[in-house]
Amino acid sequence: MAQQQSEIRYLTAPTIDVKKKKYCRFKKSGIKYIDYKDPEFLKKFLNEQGKILPRRITGTSLKFQRRVAQAVKRARHLALLPYVTDMMK
Amino acid sequence: MQNYEAVFILTPVLSDVQMKETVEKFESILKDAGAEIVNVENWGLKKLAYPIQKKSTGFYNMIEFKADPSIVANLELNFRREEKVIRFLTIKQEKYAAAYAEKRRGNKTKKED
Repeated sequence: MAQQQSEIRYLTAPTIDVKKKKYCRFKKSGIKYIDYKDPEFLKKFLNEQGKILPRRITGTSLKFQRRVAQAVKRARHLALLPYVTDMMK
Repeated sequence: MQNYEAVFILTPVLSDVQMKETVEKFESILKDAGAEIVNVENWGLKKLAYPIQKKSTGFYNMIEFKADPSIVANLELNFRREEKVIRFLTIKQEKYAAAYAEKRRGNKTKKED
């Protein structure tokens, strides 16, 4: 059995994808306040439909995820960001 | 005294003079109530992300002021009564927001120089 396994050869070395550690960009760059008046920045946290991306994707810490959500909702109220859309980017 | 900022959108049907008058009206409401106006910004005619009252554009204005909390309710009442205002948002600037706003004001004056 052991010998058989060693017979498997790959043309290219199998890439075991090294998971890049996600980090909170606010903590890293020391941003304390997220401005709702800057829709271009907030778009980084939205998907194509204008929905807020989960923390699991963006890597934002819980504290700042709450603030992002707050800022996005304020921007939506002021029609700086859409509530519903297609193809935002 | 707390730091506040109020962003409001005026209908696009107004002329520039009418718009400025309306902004001044709200400034005077605040001043009469004993608020200290820190900064007034006019962002001009901007496209709305979605139609409000069947309008697709609007004049964005922002007033930053220092006031007692009791004044805000009065300001918002005036926003609601004014038909030219199609959307408004008043926000209390907490510690970091105030610092950010100050920095923002600093940048703005630098650009103008």
